[in-house]
Amino acid sequence: MIVPLEHILILAGLLFFLGMGGLLAWRANLIMMLVCIEVMLNAVMLVFVGGSARWGNADGQLFAIFIMALTSSEVSLALAMVVYLHRRKRTVDTDVFSEMKG
Amino acid sequence: MEQTIFYILAAVAVVGTILAITEKHPVHAILYLVTSLFSVAVIFYLLAAPLVAAFEVILYAGAIMVLFLFVIMMLDLGHPEKGLSPHWREWLPALVLSGVSIASLAIVIFARHGVDVATVPQALAIREVAIRLFREHGLAVELISLQLLFALVGALYLGKQPKRGDSP
Repeated sequence: MIVPLEHILILAGLLFFLGMGGLLAWRANLIMMLVCIEVMLNAVMLVFVGGSARWGNADGQLFAIFIMALTSSEVSLALAMVVYLHRRKRTVDTDVFSEMKG
Repeated sequence: MEQTIFYILAAVAVVGTILAITEKHPVHAILYLVTSLFSVAVIFYLLAAPLVAAFEVILYAGAIMVLFLFVIMMLDLGHPEKGLSPHWREWLPALVLSGVSIASLAIVIFARHGVDVATVPQALAIREVAIRLFREHGLAVELISLQLLFALVGALYLGKQPKRGDSP
């Protein structure tokens, strides 16, 4: 363990909150919302790998790999959805897709 | 030495992420994010997880970000002057909320400044990780493969061009 676990957790927390703030700020643009979700998931992976290095257990790395597989399927589906929505309305503005009045 | 590299990489990751989420041009934002992901990958390597570091470079920085770039260029979204970037008023709630979160994180850290026990750095062998993965988490591997298959089928269905005359 080269640095204390606290510092890894601080870095992961900063990255997570940056992703969260970006998600809130870019809530009108579908693509940038997905990018900010990527940042948040990456911070979660950093926590898992840090825990794995701290306690010498392989499960953290395995969960990081699982998160990576989950993210790749999530991104492929979400980008297919973005392409579909763009084909319908010619925009990626989330305010346009409000037929359900939610 | 390794500690210095860790702190430099942490600074690069945070600054790259800040630049990525404040950049108006989506393509530039993706490229900044690739920089941040590379530094996080090297942090993974320093934390004795070379397998995850390699997958981070190959999958995250390689495949997923290139997928984003493809979609942005295919939909012709690389024009920041057409709008869709947040107004400064939309940054306010985001700044306030993440500021509160970061401040509470800082308060928690400074209130209880625990001493972490330094353990011996030991790199887990890939053989051990793989045995652990396929012996104890076999069901999870199968579920992940099913999930990838569903994502493939769903993406194919959503990306299908509608036939002429059909309602989209």
